[in-house]
Amino acid sequence: MRVTFTANGKPVEADDVWEGESLLYVLRERVGLPGSKNACEQGECGSCTVYLDGTPVCSCLVAAGQVQDREVRTVEGLSEENGELGLVQQAFIDAGAVQCGFCTPGLLVQTDALLESAPQPSDTDIREALSGNLCRCTGYEKIMDAVRLASARKCQKVGTAE
Amino acid sequence: MTARTIQGQKNLQDITTGSTDGIGGSPLRPDGTLKVRGEFAYSSDMWHEDMLWGMALRSPHPRANILSVDIAEALKTPGVYAVLTHEDIPGSKYYGLEIQDQPALAIDKVRYHGEAIALVAADHPETARRAVKKIKVEYEVLTPITTEEQALHPEVHGYVHEPHEYKSHAYGNICHSQKLVHGQGVTEAVKALADVVVRGEYEVGMQDQAFLGPESGLAVPAEDGGIDLYVATQWLHVDRQQMAPVLGLPEEKVRLTLAGVGGAFGGREDLSMQIHASLLAQRTGKPVKIVYSRDESFFGHVHRHPAKMTYEHGATRDGKLVYADVRLVLDGGAYASASPAVVGNAASLGNGPYNIPNIRMEAIALYTNNPSCGAMRGFGAVQACFGYESQMDKLAAELGMDPVELRQLNAMSEGDYMPTGQRIDSPAPVAELLQRVKDMPLPPPLDLDNLDIRELPGALSNTSHGEGIVRGIGYSVGIKNVGFSEGFDDYSTARVRLEVIGGEPVAMVHTAMAEVGQGGVTVHGQIARTELGVEKVTIHPANTEVGSAGSTSASRQTYMTGGAVKLAAEAVKQALIAKGRKRYGWTHQDLNLVGGKVVSAAQGALVSMVDLLGDEAIDLTREHHHRPTVAFDKETGQGFGHVQYTFCANRAVVDVDVDLGLVKVVELTAAQDVGKALNPLSVIGQIQGGCTQALGLAVMEEIIVKDGKVRNASFTDYLIPTILDVPPIPVDMLELPDPNAPYGLRGVGEAPTVSATPSIVAAIRAATGLALNRIPVRPEHLTGTL
Repeated sequence: MRVTFTANGKPVEADDVWEGESLLYVLRERVGLPGSKNACEQGECGSCTVYLDGTPVCSCLVAAGQVQDREVRTVEGLSEENGELGLVQQAFIDAGAVQCGFCTPGLLVQTDALLESAPQPSDTDIREALSGNLCRCTGYEKIMDAVRLASARKCQKVGTAE
Repeated sequence: MTARTIQGQKNLQDITTGSTDGIGGSPLRPDGTLKVRGEFAYSSDMWHEDMLWGMALRSPHPRANILSVDIAEALKTPGVYAVLTHEDIPGSKYYGLEIQDQPALAIDKVRYHGEAIALVAADHPETARRAVKKIKVEYEVLTPITTEEQALHPEVHGYVHEPHEYKSHAYGNICHSQKLVHGQGVTEAVKALADVVVRGEYEVGMQDQAFLGPESGLAVPAEDGGIDLYVATQWLHVDRQQMAPVLGLPEEKVRLTLAGVGGAFGGREDLSMQIHASLLAQRTGKPVKIVYSRDESFFGHVHRHPAKMTYEHGATRDGKLVYADVRLVLDGGAYASASPAVVGNAASLGNGPYNIPNIRMEAIALYTNNPSCGAMRGFGAVQACFGYESQMDKLAAELGMDPVELRQLNAMSEGDYMPTGQRIDSPAPVAELLQRVKDMPLPPPLDLDNLDIRELPGALSNTSHGEGIVRGIGYSVGIKNVGFSEGFDDYSTARVRLEVIGGEPVAMVHTAMAEVGQGGVTVHGQIARTELGVEKVTIHPANTEVGSAGSTSASRQTYMTGGAVKLAAEAVKQALIAKGRKRYGWTHQDLNLVGGKVVSAAQGALVSMVDLLGDEAIDLTREHHHRPTVAFDKETGQGFGHVQYTFCANRAVVDVDVDLGLVKVVELTAAQDVGKALNPLSVIGQIQGGCTQALGLAVMEEIIVKDGKVRNASFTDYLIPTILDVPPIPVDMLELPDPNAPYGLRGVGEAPTVSATPSIVAAIRAATGLALNRIPVRPEHLTGTL
């Protein structure tokens, strides 16, 4: 089948998609967006998290056909329009929250979504929001630091804008 | 280069970054920007036009004879290009890290659940999956050998490998054993010196590395008949060494390039898909990509050895240790992998960082039909640490002593001797590390009136509002070796090139070091900047075009490859200065490279490196070998076996819901001597990550194996700690330089994984009063509902 949808603001189409293919497979193998990672195929690790119509989902659990005419935003779409790193991306680098980095794309999307809904989350809010994203390298401390840093910068930016 | 990723393989090309941070600083990772953009090409992202997908058929039985394999139906499947069995292997059929006992594809029998029997290459992963299901295998199913009792009685239960089945193995079901005798050993006379004796039997479950990036890679057939492999591994050269004989190729025709690695922790020391993808590429003439699914990953790599351990300690009434009598049995599973070296570590480190005058010890690894076990972070020191630290707590309770004071009373320090007779010739601040974790402030007590229930055990499940919650505190300390031991000539190679690019001096570092997330690439840049006085450093992709870097394991890469980069950079520096002496007739003895200039301490800047280099590049390669070690004597365990030791202490605070058996670690504190922190941000990241894997082993992580069959090969069923399970991990970093190591550094990656587990179990014991002799501690152990 043919699937057409919007990925990071651009229309894309994929042909000859087998009915059992996931959104993750289509993104990675058919439309040139391998940033979302495949680590468990069960929605347990969060490495493949993308926005689907503005809501974070595990793209391994979404059948490709379900995204027909919908909007997908991946880690590749988190940078600024001028190509500079987005605020959450930069905070993860600065805080040392990226080690092997395999979990990073999913964590970035989930963190971006958290800070959209709650710009100043408590530590417990952060832990609850990110509990679906496994990381095997960091021990999560630097990830907590990164989210706090991104939150502080975001609030500062909003404050400056006002 | 023929391979490309969908987005363009950016980390397979040079990455150049600029910074003023040398060693001791924390510059940003050179690969960080690619990683947060989703542009970093992991091995599973490799892509080639016209590529095929490879997949293996794996055994559903842990022990069986293969009566027949019928591939006819699979071959007829549209889209299938090749189906291979061991009969199609052009070269040697066996490989292995230390003992070549593992067939690349099963021959006539299978020895563990998940062993690869046949391979398929197809145009879509689903086509491959369906074709694999069409391969018909007739088995004669045998009763698996799964316990120590069965393994040690081959006359009743048989052999995992028949004696003399092939040349490299002739020893029955004991894969490797190591004895150790220290002082007078354990005699009746020695026992009589002890006022108090404590005994314990301890058990450690099978832990998995559970790196997030599954095993994967792309094999591309080359015009010269060789193979180019893009792969996630821990040691490119040893992969090649094992692959080439099986592929029937000379080593120079097997070229490996490191693709992005999504974590490793020992699980990528052995081959996984390397030979399989290459065989399929050879047969089809097309690029072949293999990406393991998560269940295949659990079947496709070795795990941490499960262990059964008996410890007996004798001490005087004032708490001085008199003797230790120890037996460690490690289940090595079907193939040897790194079991011999793991046994050596378990025996030599298995009495902990303590002065014990008399020791008798035996460690063995068994062949069984359980999953193969090999390298995992902590490598034989983890299991033992749970045993000896549990014993220290038991002894402290028996003596009515403070458990930290008992440990400090017996702690080894610089100048003391290991049970192997090796003198510890660099700082060993064991007592101080314990003091440091003890002195750190405790988290506030539970305040049931102002509580966010998400912070209780059970967290989000709303299982409690504070009733039945008990808090406990526990301590531990551990010891780990750094580098490869027992006479292995461990070395690493680095190539450093200095040239002028765009009007400024740029250093290029080229090694075969596997960057698995630990941050070696960052540190290499820092070393080059420090030695060469430049800001811009280019990291060349790791491949087999340069000499071996050894493995990214054993906490050794900064020591070994960092050391090689230092040597190569120093050689480049000396060559540049020599060039200046020749050109300008300098006679100064105090020349250095600083800020892009050749500088005399007395007279200041003499010339810019740009002017001195001109169009010429200086390109030198150096090897770094650590000091020699020797194999342990097989009967006494004596010998200068290890290069360096590293120590970490922990304090754990836990809340336990005693009604439901749920545990929440509230805080896990670490104090570690790192010698010299080349990159403090990375060092702390390693310590926190290491503590977290230890937390996993303490309370949740275990591959459940029943009758040789793996029951939980998924991330739904094999639990690794989430951000809700992991508490704050304050780290107190001590820097006491090791005079034998580059910059005085000490390997850091493994020590916290060794030491932290027993502190958590000790804290749960303190909260519940239960004995808890098995890890991971499960709810049923705490509620008595086993």
